[in-house]
Amino acid sequence: MSDISYRQIIVDGLWHNNPGMVQLLGLCPLLAISGTVVNALGLGLATTLTLIASNLAVSTIRNWVRPEIRIPVYVLIIASVVTAIELSMNAYFHELYLILGIFIPLIVTNCAIIGRAEAFASKNTLPRAFVDGLTMGLGFTGVLVALGAMREALGHGTLFDQAHLMFGEAARGLTITLVEDYRGFLLAILPPGAFIGLGLLLALKNWIDDRLERREARRRQAVTLKEAEA
Amino acid sequence: MRFKTFTSPHMSPARSVNRVMRQVLYALVPGTVAIAWFFGWGVLVNVLLAVTVALAAETLMLMARRRPVKPFVTDLSAVVCGWLFALAVPPLTPWWITLIGVGFAIVVAKHLYGGLGYNPFNPAMVGYVAMVISFPREMTLWLPPETLAEMAFNLPQTLQVIFLGQLPAGLTWDMITGATPLDRIQTELAMDRSLSEIQASPFFGAVAGRGWEWVNLIFLLGGLWLIQRRVITWHAPVAMLGSLALISGLFWLINPEVYASPLFHLFSGAAILGAFFIATDPVSGSTTPMGRLVFGAGVGLLAYVIRAWGSYADGVAFAILLMNMMAPTIDHYTQPRVFGKTPARKEG
Repeated sequence: MSDISYRQIIVDGLWHNNPGMVQLLGLCPLLAISGTVVNALGLGLATTLTLIASNLAVSTIRNWVRPEIRIPVYVLIIASVVTAIELSMNAYFHELYLILGIFIPLIVTNCAIIGRAEAFASKNTLPRAFVDGLTMGLGFTGVLVALGAMREALGHGTLFDQAHLMFGEAARGLTITLVEDYRGFLLAILPPGAFIGLGLLLALKNWIDDRLERREARRRQAVTLKEAEA
Repeated sequence: MRFKTFTSPHMSPARSVNRVMRQVLYALVPGTVAIAWFFGWGVLVNVLLAVTVALAAETLMLMARRRPVKPFVTDLSAVVCGWLFALAVPPLTPWWITLIGVGFAIVVAKHLYGGLGYNPFNPAMVGYVAMVISFPREMTLWLPPETLAEMAFNLPQTLQVIFLGQLPAGLTWDMITGATPLDRIQTELAMDRSLSEIQASPFFGAVAGRGWEWVNLIFLLGGLWLIQRRVITWHAPVAMLGSLALISGLFWLINPEVYASPLFHLFSGAAILGAFFIATDPVSGSTTPMGRLVFGAGVGLLAYVIRAWGSYADGVAFAILLMNMMAPTIDHYTQPRVFGKTPARKEG
């Protein structure tokens, strides 16, 4: 397990083993906070930070923690990390913190984090655990933002609304209004929109995987045919 | 007295989906004409538009799913779906609501789940509910029945309103639209008026609102015809209307000034239409006789709860969707005993 390549870790985190689309972990924040791109990005980055920090800590102590007590140890580590992140967000991104509300402390319950601690960080070296935390976090953020963009575009007709909450006043100009005077499609904003949107994303990913696999199969077949001819 | 006897063979005609759907459509016609009579041309325009959209969406989805188009389009299930949607929405609904709603019904609620026979929810009701929660303003633009309205729209005016969103000169939406009887009772009760005061208005007609009671009565006839033709069984409608009457009667006896009478509940909103045409859906509803009774009773109960204490005026669509979720469980526990077999003992 420890000789897994970095390339493999990155591809797994971002695509093949994406926490949002393949492991389907952390669905609660994924569905609840993907109403707008900015909320999604804020929660995604906070989750990424948590993942990196908890992966690093778990990986550092992996040789000293007895298996019997590993789960409570992970829980303590994750809880401390999340508390630190919650307090920092409260300090630096106060308005965003207010919008995300309960979902920042709830990062602690995101199964993706304890999942990575148990499945990866506790068995791998520090640098690998770091890369895993980073790519898993970015993979999760990617799904959140894609879903957020979908729901915000359909529901409000905008993208990056309220970007100033994250990037400061200068970012007000980032807001893109796709349709002027849009009436709003409430279904996309409400919980059903999140479920339908995630379902469509999953379908899209499976479709792409399917295409890639078929292309690969065809390529391999062509190679064997050539070899046979030769 | 002589009993009429029939000699064998007792053959029943083959029942294809197409045949069943066609009979459902026949049964819907009189009720549709009645709604159009009271609420104007818009109803017919909506039905036409919704059926067109439904057929187009069905064809596109069948092609996308690489299924044979002709046998599935001609089974008429999409037509029934579009038609029911059009009956559920207000008469002057803008065209894009019908487009999105019926499209959502066919694409998401029907084909993404695997097409006819696999959809866990009634597509027409999914489309309707999606539109009600997404566009609450447009979906409450009901007109008062024409006998009360000061002017009736002619066909060109109706088309103009539906497709261009332009009202005839000098009119505003506030002038022409009005609440449905269920809506009106809900809002006026919230203003601390008593039911006898509210229902004194001529708007409420004899039982359940001018126009509405007739429409529902005619749907009742259509539904009874379906039972007589054995397209549907009596279980679900009887259980649904029975439970609705029972619980509304109970509360009405407790306090008739706050809770409307059972007759009002039975003949207003979508109660009759829902009982005969939607709760009897062979795909998304229950299929065992006992199960249909439970299913119908659940729909009636939930519909009353939503009407009386919920924030939406009519709860039939929501109630049916909620019970659709329960249908597989209900069917599982209400399997009829196979003839000749003793009921299975409980295993310790």
